[in-house]
Amino acid sequence: MKYTKDHEWLRVEGDVVVVGITEHAATALGDVVFVELPEPETVVAEGDEVCVIESVKAASDILAPLDGEIVAVNTKLVDNPSLVNEDPTGAAWFFKIKVDDLSVLDALMDEDEYNDLIG
Amino acid sequence: MGIGPPDRCRIPFPAVKGAALAEELLKLGLHDLHVALGGKMVPFAGYEMPVQYPAGVMKEHLHTRTQAGLFDVSHMGQVILRPKTSYESLALAFESLMPVDVLGVAQGRQRYGLFTNETGGILDDLMFANRGDHIFVVVNAACKHADIAHMQAHLSDVAQVIPVTDRGLLALQGPQAEAALARHIPGAAAMRFMDVAILPWQGADLWISRSGYTGEDGFEISVPDAHLRAFAQALLAEPEVMPIGLGARDSLRLEAGLCLYGHDIDTTTSPVEAGLTWAIQKTRRAGGTREGGFPGETRILQELAEGSERLRVGLRPEGRAPMREHTDLFAPDATPLGQVTSGGFGPSVNAPIAMGYVATAFAKPGTALEGEVRGKRLPATVTAMPFQPTTYKR
Repeated sequence: MKYTKDHEWLRVEGDVVVVGITEHAATALGDVVFVELPEPETVVAEGDEVCVIESVKAASDILAPLDGEIVAVNTKLVDNPSLVNEDPTGAAWFFKIKVDDLSVLDALMDEDEYNDLIG
Repeated sequence: MGIGPPDRCRIPFPAVKGAALAEELLKLGLHDLHVALGGKMVPFAGYEMPVQYPAGVMKEHLHTRTQAGLFDVSHMGQVILRPKTSYESLALAFESLMPVDVLGVAQGRQRYGLFTNETGGILDDLMFANRGDHIFVVVNAACKHADIAHMQAHLSDVAQVIPVTDRGLLALQGPQAEAALARHIPGAAAMRFMDVAILPWQGADLWISRSGYTGEDGFEISVPDAHLRAFAQALLAEPEVMPIGLGARDSLRLEAGLCLYGHDIDTTTSPVEAGLTWAIQKTRRAGGTREGGFPGETRILQELAEGSERLRVGLRPEGRAPMREHTDLFAPDATPLGQVTSGGFGPSVNAPIAMGYVATAFAKPGTALEGEVRGKRLPATVTAMPFQPTTYKR
């Protein structure tokens, strides 16, 4: 698992990268009540706002962690936003993104580095 | 009459990512208890306040609706108005600050009031109680210094205006509030909605009202500082009682259709626009025995007679996306109608809810309109409030 400073986790699955938010982020957001996902087949650039998460307290964006194409989205989150709080690093993945070169992940944080960031 | 600057007490609602707490923030008397309970402290109205505890806003909200929640509202202003000559002269002078029947409030009873300004806007909303030989007032935290100055400027001929600085204020709200409180203060059970009483607890006089700001039955309890922590802990030890932060306080009052000063009402909104005409008793209206005689009477009496150009309404957005404060509202033909003033997710309603101001022609329940969320116009329906039925013990 790799991590961004925006509290996303990334997991490589074959030639795509699965993206979600960390438990730390889910806890900080509080109870998630609304999720808006991008359209599949959207081409995105790193830093684009691709998802909206609303908790009882506020709205937040999820940014695309990499350049690539969204190839799948987790529509379960739309029907059951609380999954983000229940299982942020498992069932509550947000989208899968196809990148040209998986080596771009090497620049991201590993778990120890991320824990240092939030510690 | 003193008219404050327009934004004299705009209240920022805490955001998720609380900025580092500034040095000058005041600490509540129960600060250490909130921290020990795991409260997440954020700046609010000049104080460090718990926005939530580990249970989170959703659970805290639902717990208050089904059992009982304890809120520390010690940041609010408590003020005693002690008459210099007679209670009646004080009551009449107090009526010169708001379009409310003060004289008609019986001893042991509390009423909702509004300080208005010369243009008919609202300086603050408040609760006041007739305690026999004096009036006890509770005002919003962000406005309390301005309110005290306002009362001192206009009431000092007839009353001493005495800020109460040695007491905290707790709210115990929810269907089990009576059972939990009565184990410590048996006399509280006999109180009805908007009754006030002074009842003893371990040698202290507690100033209790049967009221609150969640739409639930419950109590607000003013406690001497020396007894505050012990009393709060005694209530928290009751099985029904959970500590509740500002986050759930906001969602509870929104579901109850209650205004938050600085958001849903301010110096630009009149009581009529705000849908608070129920707070203006007949005696103060046209034809009443003490008609007018309050700041902004021209506008307020005219709006009572003819209606206002805009009204505060409840809104139910379609779908799951909340319409937050400042969301622009439009008619289906794209005519701008106004803005959302409070909005979010209602945990008990289990849907997004909002309130805001719209042109009066669009204020009827059932009216379809649109709110612009992240550049998209989304449908919403004007809805009668409260969103969640209230359970006051009348």
